[in-house]
Amino acid sequence: MSDAPAERTGGSGDTPLIVSSRFDVPEAHTLDVYRNSGSFPGYAGLAAALDRTPDEVRETVASATLLGRGGAGFPAGVKWGFCPPGVWPRYVVVNGDESEPGTFKDRLLMERDPHQLIEGALVAAYAIGAAQVFLYVRGEMPHAQERIAGALNEALAAGLVGRNIMGTDFSVDVVLHWGAGAYIVGEETALIESLEGNRGMPRLKPPFFPAAKGLYMQPTIVNNVETLSNLPWILHHGVDAYRAVGTETSPGTRLIALSGHVRRPGVYEVPQGTTTFRDLFHDDRYGGGIRDGNELKMFIPGGASAPWFFPEQIDLPLEAKPVGAAGSMLGSGAVVVMDETTDAVEACYSLVRFFARESCGKCTPCREGTTWEEKILERILEGHGRPSDIDLLLDVADNISPGPYPVAADPEHGLEAVPFPPKQTTICPLGPSSVAPITSAIRRFRNEFEARITRRDLIPVAAAGSGGDGV
Amino acid sequence: MSERPRPIEVTDPVTITVDGRQVEVQRGELLIDACERNDAYIPRFCYHPRMEPVGMCRMCLVEVDTGRGPALQPSCMIPTAPDMVVETTSERVTKAQDGVLEFLLANHPLDCPVCDKGGECPLQDQTMAYGPGESRWVEEKRHYEKPIEISPLVLLDRERCILCDRCTRFASEVTDDPLIHFINRGSNTEVNTFPGDPFSSYFSGNTVQICPVGALTATPYRFRARPWDLERTESTCTVCSVGCRVTLESSRDRMLRINGVDADPVNWSWLCDAGRFAFEATNSEDRLTEPLRRGADGSLEPVRWSEALAAVADALGSADPSSVAVLGGSRSTDESAYAWAALAKGVVGTDHVDAQLGDGLPAAVFDLPGATIDEVCRPGGTVLYVGPDPKEELPVLFLRLKHAAQRDRVRIVEVTPTSTSLTPYSAAGVRPRPGELAAVAEALVAGDAPADGVAGVSADDLRAAAAVLGAADGPVTVVLGRANLAESPQVVLDAAAALSALPGVRFLPAVRRGNVRGAVTAGMAPGRLPGGGRLDGDAGWSGVWSTVPTEVGADAMGILAAAADGAISTLVLLGADPLRDAPDRALAERALDRVGTIVAIDSFPTPSVLRADVVLPAAMLGEVDGSTTNLEGRVSRVRPKVTPPGTARADWAVAVELARRLGATWSATSVEALRDELVAGSPRLAGTTWAELEAADDGVLVDLTGGGFDPGTPAPVPQVDSYSLRLVLSRELYDEGELLGRSESMAGLSRTPTVGISVGDAERLGVEDGTPLVVRGERGSSTLPARVSAGIPRGTAHLVHRLEGSDPITLLSADEVACDVRVELA
Ligand SMILES: Cc1cc2nc3c(=O)[nH]c(=O)nc-3n(C[C@H](O)[C@H](O)[C@H](O)COP(=O)(O)O)c2cc1C
Ligand code: SF4
Ligand code: SF4
Ligand code: SF4
Ligand code: FES
Repeated sequence: MSDAPAERTGGSGDTPLIVSSRFDVPEAHTLDVYRNSGSFPGYAGLAAALDRTPDEVRETVASATLLGRGGAGFPAGVKWGFCPPGVWPRYVVVNGDESEPGTFKDRLLMERDPHQLIEGALVAAYAIGAAQVFLYVRGEMPHAQERIAGALNEALAAGLVGRNIMGTDFSVDVVLHWGAGAYIVGEETALIESLEGNRGMPRLKPPFFPAAKGLYMQPTIVNNVETLSNLPWILHHGVDAYRAVGTETSPGTRLIALSGHVRRPGVYEVPQGTTTFRDLFHDDRYGGGIRDGNELKMFIPGGASAPWFFPEQIDLPLEAKPVGAAGSMLGSGAVVVMDETTDAVEACYSLVRFFARESCGKCTPCREGTTWEEKILERILEGHGRPSDIDLLLDVADNISPGPYPVAADPEHGLEAVPFPPKQTTICPLGPSSVAPITSAIRRFRNEFEARITRRDLIPVAAAGSGGDGV
Repeated sequence: MSERPRPIEVTDPVTITVDGRQVEVQRGELLIDACERNDAYIPRFCYHPRMEPVGMCRMCLVEVDTGRGPALQPSCMIPTAPDMVVETTSERVTKAQDGVLEFLLANHPLDCPVCDKGGECPLQDQTMAYGPGESRWVEEKRHYEKPIEISPLVLLDRERCILCDRCTRFASEVTDDPLIHFINRGSNTEVNTFPGDPFSSYFSGNTVQICPVGALTATPYRFRARPWDLERTESTCTVCSVGCRVTLESSRDRMLRINGVDADPVNWSWLCDAGRFAFEATNSEDRLTEPLRRGADGSLEPVRWSEALAAVADALGSADPSSVAVLGGSRSTDESAYAWAALAKGVVGTDHVDAQLGDGLPAAVFDLPGATIDEVCRPGGTVLYVGPDPKEELPVLFLRLKHAAQRDRVRIVEVTPTSTSLTPYSAAGVRPRPGELAAVAEALVAGDAPADGVAGVSADDLRAAAAVLGAADGPVTVVLGRANLAESPQVVLDAAAALSALPGVRFLPAVRRGNVRGAVTAGMAPGRLPGGGRLDGDAGWSGVWSTVPTEVGADAMGILAAAADGAISTLVLLGADPLRDAPDRALAERALDRVGTIVAIDSFPTPSVLRADVVLPAAMLGEVDGSTTNLEGRVSRVRPKVTPPGTARADWAVAVELARRLGATWSATSVEALRDELVAGSPRLAGTTWAELEAADDGVLVDLTGGGFDPGTPAPVPQVDSYSLRLVLSRELYDEGELLGRSESMAGLSRTPTVGISVGDAERLGVEDGTPLVVRGERGSSTLPARVSAGIPRGTAHLVHRLEGSDPITLLSADEVACDVRVELA
């Protein structure tokens, strides 16, 4: 099966493509093509790693400052160093559960360049001394599963996986595991539970930091697909080449999944820090402008969990620090653009509903609170909103994520940015993520909510057709 | 909730600040417990001190500052550390907790007026204490079918469930019966069973007790009372010998509920369902409520107590003392047992007294140096388990052993005739052929085995088991019980004698009936005096009683044999049913046929009771005052909660009255006096006077030093007959015995009887599960479906005592060390 070139990747003469170089190469998912395309032969990165000691490999990755691409942006080399010394066996878990709304870059990496991911996972396994690699692919991605499985079989046959890889002492197995369709298992500890055969519900950190107590309570490194896909290039080209791209604190590139109201939605590999959202939306290499020449109303800079940005933030660079200070996050590299035709209440509802449906049900505030938010928004949209509902929404949200919630500055109303991250009464950030669209939308577009509220009752009453207070 | 924090000893103190006060707590203990111990109770729903914390409900959020500024943290997940600053009532904390409460109530049906939990509901209490006056939730609530049956004993109302993970955690973590789970997601999450796979756990009732709302209810209690109408008293379960601490709860003089109490050395708040629900039998229509006497026409007729007692006094007083015998007493209190020992030995002057029926362990096991449950379960220790399937006979001991093995690194070596519920948690296991346990014990002590093995156990298996014992860190403890009713109890004593060679070894006698240890310690065993002394060694009791027998009497099987020979003129059955339970049915039949006068003191018309000449109705569990002694030797109070039906009386009161009628000088006239008299004459019972027991919630241990263990004459090794299978006759928790058979909700839960055989024998016979087989012994035969099990060794047939439709005890004969049967296609 060949891939239609529906998604385009960026890149220009002066910036190398680190992870997406084979996206448009036909049959790049096969070992043959993988070995003979891209900027260097496939599996040369692994060969380079095996020439060094595991510690040297970890050092290399640490000095490259490879930031995690799964959402939290934690440096991979540092994380690898958290495995408690002398505790064996250790595991590498590849997080291929990508399901954040707006995020679809890992799927491309798995479908179009599965060998690059396997090679990266092997490098990580070598660096930490893992006995096994568990490759967890989202349940709804059958094409990615097929490609990964095919690539793994080829790699196994070629002696690149399994016993005595490339004729060295290094042996490691790769175990494939398909998810069963839950957003929450993208969260690393829920993913580990799921791998162990349990219901995917996050564990509490502390004490269950995977690097210390992960899969089967052993030290476990969970890394995102894109994070690992960077490793072959870094090992082959070296730290300096990598750091030459991007900025000092955020070197390298990022795959950005750009969606929404731009002319050319797609996955683009952009250098970190030196690209701005304006470039991303308007540059012809990327988004090519807002659709139909419309005005930008708002955008989500880092996946559904990220607080919204507005036209004032468009010149921020795609770099974790400034985005965080401005009140949001780059998260999973999903940028969703919404133009002036977008209804803020509808957009907010759509996002909140996602989190309510995907709450794992473990913590009370998320389980009950997200559904409550959804129901209030639903009622407002159906014309049964009450004046008190807006403040009720904010207060319910505050009981999930207490205190001022990260939000972008609003110069027009003299409001300052609240920096990322939010606080939480929950175990994982899913519940608090549902608050992002609520505070973002209400702070900026309260008038749109008010316009939707037609009822004037001041005291709580049963909504039409509801069971009332049930007392 | 009534749960109390687990007791701890502060060995590594750290100072933390709680609400501005500096307090000293144990380093690493959970903040929620540390605060509770220091008068800052933090509300909670999901945390339970006997289960791993999950941090799920978020009710226990408090502000914790470890130097990086205060942050909301679930106190049930945070271990204490030096200089922690904790705020449990700050504005942020209160807001967060109120928020959680509001979330929990959002979908809650507020069925309070019709909910069993109303009045003792943490959700209701906390809502009343902290909740807002009115609800901000105006949406439609979640609806589910009202209660669904998740097991024959437990119902689940999912609308009321607050998803605290207590029941589900209990099922997977505490009992390993992971049959209830969360299903679905978000606010549609619910607890449920897998279709067709009910929550059949011997411990299911605990989930009802720990459910913080009225989502789980138990069939026996549902809609029977409101908590504020219940009266409670703390007592001890005597259904088996573990002696779990309980609260007895009644309303209008009717027992309605039993809940577990967290006794740290014993049951950790858990109960088995037999102990929790068998009280239903006390309300049974079958109870004996008035004295009966066999009339001229041969039928049992109601009579007045005075007439019945006069007849009994006459039967006891007119007989030659050596022709009077008393069987039973292990279902009563220590004081009743002592009163009966005093009556039989000190007034009548007979030593033919046995609290058991040949189906337990000889009194000598209590002369072994004793170990407590805590000592057996000592973290990192090694345990030799010789006995019945603990889950079937001593359920909460099973929970303790399982916990010890799974969580406290205890290594268990199992020496049982078939695999048991403990097998998955054991480090090694051997399956000696019935009758040859002692040889295996010797080999384990020696640490080596002949190449062709011992008693059907291979040399490799023996060496593996011996290696675990050899690697023990500290002395090994032995749980010593009788796994097989078809094997002479002498075999167990012989094994104990061999195991005594292990350095520093101590024994936990896994006796079965509720108060065997108390009864024996009170003197209800041949050759024994109260306090464990020997008849011939200790004359102190002659000063207390009128007399002391001079000759050692017969044990239960000896008494039955003497009776069958016509040598017993008066036989008292003190809650004993030899026709059902003695491991020689034919002998029991002949014995009851030939005894002159049978006096039965019982609560139910058992087959033996129906053969009696005089029947006295006995008060039972929940109706009597006194104390009981568990398998460890822990004496704790049992208390009455309801009055016995009709004119039924406590056993001790009958003994005291009979003594008076017999003109005895011995006269203790209250339970307190009986207790104190027993203790005064028994140095090993020091510390267990009435007043001392009243002050000790978790009971008081008797002196466990042991001494003078005499195993007696070793049993001969029975010949192996290669055409036969050797019988293992065991018990299951749910049988058709007096209690469970008469408990409305439990009757009918017992399994269908089968004959268990090994995979090898099944292949040889060409049978599979369900094939009808005839089990033929010298005494009789029965036809049962086959159950083929990998846990049964070749050459063994496994049957279960007292299941509906099968009576395998008829196959046994008192003079055989083991019982061989032929198993053939029906
Ligand atoms: C609700 C939630 C969903 C997540 N989903 C994903 C995901 O789909 N893929 C992913 O790589 N990381 C996801 N993460 C982040 C992971 O927990 C983890 O941080 C990441 O896999 C670590 O890899 P990295 O260090 O390479 O970024 C999610 C986190 C949360 C809280
Ligand atoms: S915040 Fe939501 S998704 Fe995360 S653990 Fe809690 S209930 Fe589950
Ligand atoms: S049924 Fe009760 S114990 Fe079980 S999860 Fe629900 S509230 Fe908790
Ligand atoms: S284990 Fe024994 S003592 Fe405990 S509740 Fe069950 S029957 Fe009663
Ligand atoms: S009691 Fe701590 S989270 Fe439930």
